Amino acid sequence: MSLKDKLHNLKEQYKGKKMAPAFNAIHTFLYLPNETTHSGSHVRGADDLKRTMNMVIMAMVPCLIWGMFNAGYQHYSAIAGGTPEFVSFFDHLRYFFTLDNLLIGAMKVLPLVIVSYLVGLGIEFLFAVIKKHEVEEGYLVTGMLVPLIVPVDTPLWMLTIAVAFGVVIGKEVFGGTGMNILNPALTIRAFLFFAYPTWMSGDKVWVHDAVNRSGADAISGETMLGMLAQKKELAYGIDEAFFGFIPGSVGETSTLLIILGAAILIFTKIASWRIILSGIVGASVMGLIFNGVIAQGWITEGSKFYALMNLPFWQHLVIGGFAFGITFMATDPVSGAQTTKGKWWYGFLIGFFAVMIRVFNPAYPEGIMLAILLMNVFAPSIDHYVVQGNVNKRLKRLKVKTA
Amino acid sequence: MAEVAEKKEKQKEPLFSKKNKGLMTDPLFDNNPITIQVLGICSALAITAQLKASIVMALAVMFVLAMGNVVISLMRNIIPSKIRIIVQLVIVAALVIIVDLVLKAYAYELSKQLSVFVGLIITNCIIMGRFEAFALGNGPWKSFLDGIGNAAGYGLILIIVGFFRELLGSGTLLGFKVLGDPIEKTGLYALGYENNGFMLLAPMALITVGIIIWIQRSRNQSLIES
Repeated sequence: MSLKDKLHNLKEQYKGKKMAPAFNAIHTFLYLPNETTHSGSHVRGADDLKRTMNMVIMAMVPCLIWGMFNAGYQHYSAIAGGTPEFVSFFDHLRYFFTLDNLLIGAMKVLPLVIVSYLVGLGIEFLFAVIKKHEVEEGYLVTGMLVPLIVPVDTPLWMLTIAVAFGVVIGKEVFGGTGMNILNPALTIRAFLFFAYPTWMSGDKVWVHDAVNRSGADAISGETMLGMLAQKKELAYGIDEAFFGFIPGSVGETSTLLIILGAAILIFTKIASWRIILSGIVGASVMGLIFNGVIAQGWITEGSKFYALMNLPFWQHLVIGGFAFGITFMATDPVSGAQTTKGKWWYGFLIGFFAVMIRVFNPAYPEGIMLAILLMNVFAPSIDHYVVQGNVNKRLKRLKVKTA
Repeated sequence: MAEVAEKKEKQKEPLFSKKNKGLMTDPLFDNNPITIQVLGICSALAITAQLKASIVMALAVMFVLAMGNVVISLMRNIIPSKIRIIVQLVIVAALVIIVDLVLKAYAYELSKQLSVFVGLIITNCIIMGRFEAFALGNGPWKSFLDGIGNAAGYGLILIIVGFFRELLGSGTLLGFKVLGDPIEKTGLYALGYENNGFMLLAPMALITVGIIIWIQRSRNQSLIES
């Protein structure tokens, strides 16, 4: 008897027992279950929830690997007193893909991944057993997103508390996967941001071990947005930012790889290209408005908003977490808008507000997190008005006919 | 009070009959003003960042509510119903001013910390709610017990929320550094622990109240609305 058959038999034995959901979760994760749907439609696509989630994870893996190398790269650059001069992408890779860099990355990033999955899945299993429902696949993606959107030096106990909070308050109280109002990964990040602000912003957290190097020879490890918000000279070019040789949250630095991930998600029809496109349009519109304000001379160089307003609008798309957020988190099918027209508005407003928060609130150098959470809250309202608009249009048509 | 007790004895009802005790204990749990009736949330979110402020607020509300209930109950037959809200407001306002002045005289720092929220006891829905729902229709002794009970139920939640917010947010309880000193890195802080700044913000108070409601309703399923 193969292992698969043995597991099927075990499943029969444990049916109705308390721990059955936990066992079934592991079983379905590893193998195709040996039963069909019990009710409702029997027409099934090949892209079930499990496969959808795995596809998203695969789209994020390049970002994760890049993030691991980048953790080491930034660490050693900071020790050496600055990043090597950037000539071209392929030339620069020889500084980047080294074993030393990977070792630092593995040492710092893998624990984040492991803690995120252990705590999050542990709570999911616990709730499944208590509430007697099956474990859902939703956390597979969230668990991967979380390590990618936190600074590399985030202490593990903070991550533990934040993940527990995000999964329980962000998701389980609403009824689990598919019922949550807010994106759980962003709920976790927002919790970290408001609970431990010194660990989530500033110039000490983005580069591994930067805290211990404070003093005269300390090199600033700020993100580009942090530099702009404080009106410092930018230490990195926009090309470096595009390829991802900059400090930042673990997985969001390389816009190039995020575009690759976005391509995978759009090609497999998992992410909505409408949200991504309209998000880019929204951010560009807001960026162009600010550029226009500068061009008109309404804001002069003395203003604290000058540096960020003066940033060419397309650079807003490259630096910071905008690309990552709009690709992997704004497109979350649960917390985002559902209607086609609603998706355009939803994406547009995310981009619009993300850039607005960046510019106007220096306390929150990155606006995409708050912009997505805000629009998560408004997504049902957007859908409501889209649906009502459609109903009214049809009613009007009906009246014309009957009249 | 002796007069009231006499009146009660005439009715052959003991001072702490089962019904009267229920007036005091019901609002503590199964009819809690905050977690069941969802009243008085504003102050529960605003002043619970520290335990001391929560306790003082609970006592202030208890004084105002119990005294106000008694006064309203004594006047219940002479208040014209058309202007009863105004009369109630005048009574609450008078009591709140007493509380405010006492705090200013004997606990100035605390009164500054509670700032506008002492004055805002006037608008606390629990107080007007109890006047309307109870004191206008019941005798002074019962109204007094009802006031004590409801204020205790309100205070209980305030103190629970204040306890967790101060412990997790500032690492102190009533100002004592129970978790060690965050600057000198003693106690828990030596291990790398840090205070949770989110606990000091109002959203976390709302979530804490939400968790209390969750626990209460999962323990007593009959409280869940259909």
